[in-house]
Amino acid sequence: MKASKYQMGLIAGSLFFFGIGLTLYKAISLGFPLVPGESRQVWTIESKINFKPSGGPVQVDLGLPKGLGGWVVLEEYFASSGFGFTVINSAKGRTARWTRQNLDHSTTLYYKMQVYRPVDTPLENIPPPEIKRPRLEKDQLAATERLIALLRERSSDDRSFVSLLVNEFNAESRDMDAEFLLGSFEEPSLTVLQTVLAHAGIPAQRLRGIRLEDGRRRQTVSSLLEYHDGEDWVVIDPDNGQVGMPPNFFVWERGNDTILGVIGGRDSSLEFALVSNSLPAKTVMGMEQRAEEFNLLDFSIYALPVEQQGVFKVLLLIPVAALVVVVMRLLVGIKTSGTFMPVLIALAFLQTTLLPGLALFLILVSIGLYIRSWLSYMNLLLVSRISAVIIVVIFMMAATAIISYKMGLDRALTVTFFPTIILAWTIERMSILWEEEGVHEVLVQGGGSLLVAVLSYLLMSNRLVEHLTFNFPELILSLLAIILVLGRYTGYRLSELYRFRDLDRQQ
Amino acid sequence: MIRFISPRRLEQLGILGMNRRNIGFIGKYNPRARYPLVDDKLLTKQTALSHGIPVPDLFGTIEYQHQIADSVRTLDKFPAFVIKPVQGSGGKGILVIVGREGELYRKSSGALISAEEIRRHLSNILAGLHSLGGRNDRAMVEGLINFDPYLERYSYEGVPDIRVIAFRGVPVMAMMRCATHASDGKANLHQGAVGVGLDINSGRAVRAVQHGELVEEHPDTGAHFATLQVPHWDRILDLAASCVEMTGLGYIGADIVLDKLVGPMLLELNARPGLAIQVANMAGLRHRLRIARKIAEQTDDHDTKIALARERFGVHAGAG
Repeated sequence: MKASKYQMGLIAGSLFFFGIGLTLYKAISLGFPLVPGESRQVWTIESKINFKPSGGPVQVDLGLPKGLGGWVVLEEYFASSGFGFTVINSAKGRTARWTRQNLDHSTTLYYKMQVYRPVDTPLENIPPPEIKRPRLEKDQLAATERLIALLRERSSDDRSFVSLLVNEFNAESRDMDAEFLLGSFEEPSLTVLQTVLAHAGIPAQRLRGIRLEDGRRRQTVSSLLEYHDGEDWVVIDPDNGQVGMPPNFFVWERGNDTILGVIGGRDSSLEFALVSNSLPAKTVMGMEQRAEEFNLLDFSIYALPVEQQGVFKVLLLIPVAALVVVVMRLLVGIKTSGTFMPVLIALAFLQTTLLPGLALFLILVSIGLYIRSWLSYMNLLLVSRISAVIIVVIFMMAATAIISYKMGLDRALTVTFFPTIILAWTIERMSILWEEEGVHEVLVQGGGSLLVAVLSYLLMSNRLVEHLTFNFPELILSLLAIILVLGRYTGYRLSELYRFRDLDRQQ
Repeated sequence: MIRFISPRRLEQLGILGMNRRNIGFIGKYNPRARYPLVDDKLLTKQTALSHGIPVPDLFGTIEYQHQIADSVRTLDKFPAFVIKPVQGSGGKGILVIVGREGELYRKSSGALISAEEIRRHLSNILAGLHSLGGRNDRAMVEGLINFDPYLERYSYEGVPDIRVIAFRGVPVMAMMRCATHASDGKANLHQGAVGVGLDINSGRAVRAVQHGELVEEHPDTGAHFATLQVPHWDRILDLAASCVEMTGLGYIGADIVLDKLVGPMLLELNARPGLAIQVANMAGLRHRLRIARKIAEQTDDHDTKIALARERFGVHAGAG
């Protein structure tokens, strides 16, 4: 029994209006903005503490961020199944403490927070701490003093001294004394830096936090160095000597206290999963005011763990690309090689961006076609031939990545985002098409696929589209309704208006 | 500037578009369950034989890779044969061997190939290279058709075949596809084969079209289309109409060839016949399909349907 036109209209209509209606309700009553413009960037940081028990009672202490440098913690959430949990307030700040009598398997504890930075304020100018000079061996002390003397001579003030010192530590050919210090300390270079600064009489401390990158899964704590130049604190990146707070750096802890302390455990690690969302400014303000009773976002993608949010950000874009395929095939009549191959290519373009993506795709497919023509001389069975093409594709990807990286084109590293198997099948299909139908058909179908992929990419990379699909997933129901209706479209395709163009003339 | 025809004009001409064909005809009249009957050419052949419809001889089928070597050896008996994927689509993967030259085999294009290449072709077929969705497939070996010499003049390398679209037992439109040098011996209109629209009533050529342009004669053989009269026309219409009854599919394209000895033979059936037939006939299918539906609603009798179709769709009066 096939659905009648009436039934179809009813289904499509209700889906469409349900999607639109829910969207409007969220927009009007709940204050979700329909356009991404008026929003605040809110970062969701999920901290994962991994450790293995080493026998006996377990105590895990995590120093919590204090909201430094203008960062505001909107919401926090602790996962502590099976553990006793308290948050201790002390003069030094807040510490989360998980405890348990005994534990027999490695465990992950979670701490999730949502943070944003309304204003980019500099760090508070606290009085510099008293300098404690670490005790050094004789030869280390001598080397430290020689290094200080050398750099003092070359520098005009504390600022240039510290910059020179950091650069010295990062240089490829170091001063002999610096080399010796780094070698003999058996400590991270940041500790060595701090020791040298202490001996030079410059107050310094660590500044730890997270470099925020959207979608990053296993980010770790980054340490910066902060010193007092007599008037103010100055932040410097010990890895590259850059002065000033890096952009998108979430300050977790200022000072030399440890962030994570695990008693009764070993191999502990602290990792972060990061996702950035655009939330309406109004909502963020509300969250700030009543952080505890916050439940506005409970029924949205925001309720999910951060890693899944990142996945859904992309997944929710796929229906848009599917709509492009439907429109291009049913209304325009474009031929593509493989129905949804263009969608996968467009997803890869999202990572590579358009022009490098197009270039990489064309390079991979044309080299692949060349090698495939050579494979066809070897008279292989189909399965092993495609497997061979897959391997060739992987090698080409590696070669492209290596060569372009050596040439300084970092962008080309994203070549790994191309779906290998799909590329191999595309090459195989194109090659058969070439043999059976000729180059013309290869160009038609290849061009058609690329056109659809590019259009899908342009839509998917559009900020408004991303904003709408992520914040209003119900809109996808409306999209589904459109796709259903298009599925019953019996009119002509644009390509048919071209195909049958001569019928008129010669009647 | 790309020239388009307006959709309104196409509507007036009654041109059937791809979307309407899929929803209005294939989706509506061709039950999914009957598809294997046309998609599987072996099944088509068996069913046709049991309905008394002549088909090319079957020399053998090959199902597994290990049978290939043996099969190629047994092929030695036959001077000429055709290898096809059982579930091939759109004429893909068809290898026509017209004769032997010592150890080598001569293709219809005249090129010589070795037994090794035949084995490779068979192995590709079994791996599903030419089949819908790349599924594993079987290969079948058929006897070569002895062309009716009358039609041979109208084709360059390759077989001119006659495509008849039948809707609910009513033959609706017909064309002959003639391979040309430009189409590389393939009967594919968009590759440059000549499509000759045939009069349903008489089997005479109505017009011939290559690359969307009217042509008077075959570009390679010089044969005039104006005088073309397909022989055994009654039998061809009868055969096409019978295919609807035989398959239970309401909307099909029957590909028919003319054998010197046997007459019209069913080559294969298509449950999703293409739209190019409208270009060859310079006419739309929709008006005719509407009339065909009325005819089908009027009568259930096989012969009456054909007679009515000839009367309604005929351009030339009387069978030539």
